[in-house]
Amino acid sequence: MSMRAASEAYAPTGASRLLETVAAWMLAGLWILPLLYALWTAFHPGEYSARFEVLAPVTLDNFSRAWSAAPFARYFLNTFVLVTLVLSGQLVLCTLAAYAFARSDFRGSNIAFALVLIQLMIMPDVLIVQNYKTMNMLGMLDSIPAIALPYVASAFGIFLLRQTFKTVPQELDEAARIEGAGAVQTLLRVYVPLAKPVYLAYGLVSVSYHWNNFLWPLIVTNSVESRPLTVGLQVFASTDQGIDWSIICAATLMTSAPLLIAFLLFQRQFVQSFMRVGIR
Amino acid sequence: MRTEAPATPLELVARSIRPSSTTVHAWLLLLPAMTLLALFTHWPALATFIDSFFSTPRPKRGATFVGLENYRQIVDDPIFWQALTNNLLFAIGTIPVSIGLALLMAVWVNDRIAGRTLVRMAYFTPTVLPMIAVANIWLFFYTPQYGLLAQLLSAFGGASYNWLGSKDTALLCVTIVAVWKEAGFFMIFYLAALQQIAPSLGEAAVLEGASRWYFFRRVQFPLLMPTTLFVLINAVINAFRTVDHIIVMTRGGPDNATSLLLFRIYELGFAFWDTSAAAALTMVLLTGLGAIALAQYIFLERRIHYR
Repeated sequence: MSMRAASEAYAPTGASRLLETVAAWMLAGLWILPLLYALWTAFHPGEYSARFEVLAPVTLDNFSRAWSAAPFARYFLNTFVLVTLVLSGQLVLCTLAAYAFARSDFRGSNIAFALVLIQLMIMPDVLIVQNYKTMNMLGMLDSIPAIALPYVASAFGIFLLRQTFKTVPQELDEAARIEGAGAVQTLLRVYVPLAKPVYLAYGLVSVSYHWNNFLWPLIVTNSVESRPLTVGLQVFASTDQGIDWSIICAATLMTSAPLLIAFLLFQRQFVQSFMRVGIR
Repeated sequence: MRTEAPATPLELVARSIRPSSTTVHAWLLLLPAMTLLALFTHWPALATFIDSFFSTPRPKRGATFVGLENYRQIVDDPIFWQALTNNLLFAIGTIPVSIGLALLMAVWVNDRIAGRTLVRMAYFTPTVLPMIAVANIWLFFYTPQYGLLAQLLSAFGGASYNWLGSKDTALLCVTIVAVWKEAGFFMIFYLAALQQIAPSLGEAAVLEGASRWYFFRRVQFPLLMPTTLFVLINAVINAFRTVDHIIVMTRGGPDNATSLLLFRIYELGFAFWDTSAAAALTMVLLTGLGAIALAQYIFLERRIHYR
């Protein structure tokens, strides 16, 4: 596969190339502007939050004030526990289910697969009212597992892994079994290693989705002990901060920083993962 | 490398018996996922459907069967129609613009312009940031007097204007945020698709003397059609499930000018605790989303078959 694109023959030259470059850069500047604006405000004293002077003093004060104004350390921990819980649950459950669908022609497999795919249409994001009732019934309200559970059995994860497992040659499966490996051993020794890139892609997308998820955690949590970063940020920004934008911007950047830094470091993997997994 | 012995009669018999144990194994593998799906997808969908025909249980009076009353209430509710109209406008505003921009971005980044890596990064960055965080930044951006927009306008002699506080501009403002957030996400699909188009096609078109616009319109764009369909379905679904920025920026206001369907469900269910009305509205939204997702599934299957 050549990386040379078909448009190469039509790659602009001379003035039109310059024009295109300038336009692309202008749009890029416009796209990154809100982020630069937040960076400026967060790193300068409050009085410079809307004044752009080259010599404005740089400070980390806003970050330390934001950090001490709300239990962000706890929120970070909660989000970390949440994404770990969701992803590990997804990986185990989706792998097992995908393996069942990919390799065995069992009774009721079509109905089962349809029951899984229903989740692509009926997303947990929309079933907030009833899922809240269920969590209430289970006595799980205001806990991190309550945020995670509706997302753990991911239809998309099952679908994606099933497609991947199906491409594994049947001979490899049989060879493992001839060597005396059981179903689970075959899965772990043959299928999982071959699906590594898909796991990585799915993992990146899942982590960034659940790091950023907001509506369901907002509904189901009600205390510092269970709130993830997104909800914590919202509670922090909407309560009596006296609308100090410098501090809100600092808090905003702080909560996005791990994901943003990871993205800047592993840009290629991120872009490829989102591309591979497609929908979130 | 591997020797494959023909199946002995005994093995053939064993294979014909195997299905029953295979079935048990398969269902055991499925059990954990199926349990959670039943609990958090199948049951809530069914319960929402049933609840939509009952009244909201109150401390003194339990839920009673009311037939289509909840749906009638929705139809009679002007806020529902406003939220639906808003949502359609929001969809009409975000879908074509973000797809168009995504295509433009992809074409630009695909050409080897100087600093394309940085440009691509700038386009894609909003995708990885939490919507709730960027909504806060945009809130500041739109703030009257202090915000960047107000500053820019006052530099040109414009008067300060409450962009999010005005019924005429609030919906447009949240639409822009959504476009900004998702255009870069859609760009990467176009970029991947553009890079798959064989270079020989471009070379041949040059030989034929086709203009660049003609080449784009007659060769590249048709070849991008599957990608466009894929992106389109995602854009439609996003338009009906993105409400994080509404909660942060406007809370549906002013005067319901930015209330979207999912936001209205949230409001009915968790601000007014009218869970039956919320259930009926959820059914309305699910019906719409279901139709879209079904189209997506059919498309996904096809895409994988033809690959």
